Amino acid sequence: MTRRARLAVFAVGVVGFGFVLVWGLTGLPDFGDYPGPYGIQLQKVGVEQRKATNLVSSTTFDYRGFDTMGEEFILFAAATGLAVLLRAQRGEREDEEEAEDHPADRRGQDTSDALRVVAIPAAGALIVLGLYVVAHGALTPGGGFQGGIVLAAVPILVYLAGQALFARKLSPMGVGDVLEAVGAAAFVCIGVGGLIAGVAFLYNFVPLGTQGSLLSGGTIPLLNVAVGVEVAGAVTLVFSEFLDQRLLRSGGRR
Amino acid sequence: MTFLQGALLVLVAVAATVVVLRRDPLRQTIGAGIYGLLLGLLFFAFQAPDVALSEIVVASVMLPALILLTLSKLAQIDRGEKDRE
Repeated sequence: MTRRARLAVFAVGVVGFGFVLVWGLTGLPDFGDYPGPYGIQLQKVGVEQRKATNLVSSTTFDYRGFDTMGEEFILFAAATGLAVLLRAQRGEREDEEEAEDHPADRRGQDTSDALRVVAIPAAGALIVLGLYVVAHGALTPGGGFQGGIVLAAVPILVYLAGQALFARKLSPMGVGDVLEAVGAAAFVCIGVGGLIAGVAFLYNFVPLGTQGSLLSGGTIPLLNVAVGVEVAGAVTLVFSEFLDQRLLRSGGRR
Repeated sequence: MTFLQGALLVLVAVAATVVVLRRDPLRQTIGAGIYGLLLGLLFFAFQAPDVALSEIVVASVMLPALILLTLSKLAQIDRGEKDRE
């Protein structure tokens, strides 16, 4: 195809896409305009019904909890799939003794003191912040997903600070898989708990507590903890698998 | 829309363009981290602090860490192939 023909095809594409884009944008609701009835309705009754002050949490973990379970299993499937793929590859070409012979390939020796001084205290602070965000999911903005991902940043910081030995312990069959599986299973078990209590799957069957206290919201804080464990585990698993690829095989150096 | 929201929208657009226009993957990664940080601030300005929290961690810690590991792996493979030749 000549350059001119390519440009012609591109021009047709750009004009067509631009037209559809502008057409679509003009049909959007105004800034800040919310036409749906459900949000307004939930805002009226949500806090009173579920005693959880973070309405976002009671929407995602209670009124729409089944949806969140699907989201959680998307992450579960993605992390598991990645681990399976990378491990299959590693099994074919793994040569651990050779990797042991190349300690210079590992991080840790060349970590600067400046990085260490920043990363280690930050890791401690992130643990506290992550646990806080998970525990207060029913009260203030945040929750299992957010807190879990904050917690998952901790192993990365520890690795960056040069504690490669610790990071190696996390992989390949380390904490990540276990946490991921336990979190995902706990979510489903809490859902089944509703069935055992004689109501619907994922129904909020636990006593709701008083509004504003740490354990308010019935199953909402429990589900938040489950998701927090799952997210932290899944992301740690993904990171440790990537790290393993970097550390274990010395890239065809023979 | 407040001034803060408008300013952050512009900053995010500028940062995204800079990331796309960089050709060096390493610089792109660092740029993407800064872009994610700005995006987190934007979410915060639009009153979505929970989304902002996860965006900041994902974009400024997770994503760069994974990309940097991949880049260093690729460099490692390149080195290995050169050694064999």
